[in-house]
Amino acid sequence: MKKFAGNLFIGIIYTILYAPLLVMVLFSFNESKSTANFTGFSLKWYNELFSSGSSMEALKNTLILAVASAVIATVLGTMAAVYIYYIRNKAWRGTVNLVTNIPMMNPDIVTGVSLMLLFVFIGRLIGATNSLSFGTLLIAHITFNLPYVILNVLPKLNQTDPHLSEAAQDLGSTPLRAFFNIVLPSIMPGIMSGFLMSFTLSLDDFVISYYTTGSDFQTLPLKIFSMTKKTVKPDMYAISSLIFVTVLVLLLIINIAQIKQMKKDAAKKN
Amino acid sequence: MKKRSLSKKLLGAPYILWAAIFIIVPLLIVVYYSFTDADGNFTWSNITQLVDYKETFGISILYSLIATLVSLVISYPFAYVMSKKNEYVQKIMMMLVMLPMWMNLLIRTYSWMNILERNGIINNFLGMFGIEPLKMIGTPGAVIFGMVYNYIPYMILPIYTVMAKIDRSVLEAAEDLGSNAFSKLRRVILPLSLPGVVSGITMVFVPSVSTFYISQKLGGGKIMLIGDVIERQMQTAYNYNLGAALSLVLMVMILISLAVMNRFSDNDGSLIV
Repeated sequence: MKKFAGNLFIGIIYTILYAPLLVMVLFSFNESKSTANFTGFSLKWYNELFSSGSSMEALKNTLILAVASAVIATVLGTMAAVYIYYIRNKAWRGTVNLVTNIPMMNPDIVTGVSLMLLFVFIGRLIGATNSLSFGTLLIAHITFNLPYVILNVLPKLNQTDPHLSEAAQDLGSTPLRAFFNIVLPSIMPGIMSGFLMSFTLSLDDFVISYYTTGSDFQTLPLKIFSMTKKTVKPDMYAISSLIFVTVLVLLLIINIAQIKQMKKDAAKKN
Repeated sequence: MKKRSLSKKLLGAPYILWAAIFIIVPLLIVVYYSFTDADGNFTWSNITQLVDYKETFGISILYSLIATLVSLVISYPFAYVMSKKNEYVQKIMMMLVMLPMWMNLLIRTYSWMNILERNGIINNFLGMFGIEPLKMIGTPGAVIFGMVYNYIPYMILPIYTVMAKIDRSVLEAAEDLGSNAFSKLRRVILPLSLPGVVSGITMVFVPSVSTFYISQKLGGGKIMLIGDVIERQMQTAYNYNLGAALSLVLMVMILISLAVMNRFSDNDGSLIV
């Protein structure tokens, strides 16, 4: 009975969690323009989506921004993590860590507003008429991605055995080679998860982008925002459904692989 | 040895520079804008104007506190039940909790608006039975619901993580020493899961108190939160100075609450037991 109550509770929560996603997928197939009355099955919103230049443009922009900001943040962040790992001075290390945490502690709106004011301020100084652009958006995304890369890489660095790198250098390896051959492979999982996290955060960000982009560069979340100011046509639901299904398939593949690995490991132990 | 330390400094230089220009300086500029007028002259007027928004601040804090509490009340038993399942089921369940987060917040919230609005899905359904439409959009309940819905995974995740780590033998020991289910929960599980609860509370409260989209869509334009006021000042009224002052207060408020929450987790459980 107790178990049943627990499962019922969990079932209700999952139903609520998935209700809007279900609505989204269902109405992306709606025949009419309504997102509240389902009148019949149709693929026309998907057709419209692929033939609409602006939606595809927004999707392309989103991907370009996510890849560029994630790559730059991963390189800069990994370098920063290695640097932080070697800081001896405790006060300085504490300061660097604190500053790194600021973009994660601050609400997105404050990060967005503060960066926007910086760009506006600099724009005024140099007399530019339009101080926001793709460049400022990219800077903003790199800035909020950096702490996630550092926090993914640092723990991996702490786990590596410093003697290994020293041994390699004793055997005649240069510090740089020792880093690339010994340290880098062992922190690679952290770098990869930092990259993936940056990529998805950037893909999904609306609030910070809203304050830091110029009028000439629109990402998907920004397009969704401007569209939801009026009534949304189901084509927004169609593109969101496509993204959702892609993510779902990717996650399922990763999870099934992990579970298989878990089962294999368990079998080995027995 | 000298050369090595120099190369390490070079490694850190780009990030230190980046953090200084794009993390520290923007915060200083927020302070600068808060205390100047449109022409750049010093003024207190942005700060004194904040008094007009004390109700907005009050409502934002109240709604986010309620949303955080509701999230906690739901997440705690949820994480507890989840931590009792076998490890494969746990993994799948966790994935299912995180999955909706991969859908953009704007779309999830808009979808709720479709469900809850006057001509929305619930009211259409009720209408089939001749029931009068319910007014849901534009009520505080809808806004709080939106906060809970969007941010509850941030509460479930940390609580579940600490619960899954609780050593079974500790629970068995409590049983052997005569604890019943309730005292086991109160004296063992609750104190051990407190760090998860604390980080869950901050992770739900911070985005809730600063949201503007949720209140725009589910508040039906009638409920204004701090985020809405900031958005209006920055994007439509172009009063950057007032927007900066509002952001500054929001930031200081959140830093204080983070510091308070840190205190709680340092005292590790002594408060509850």
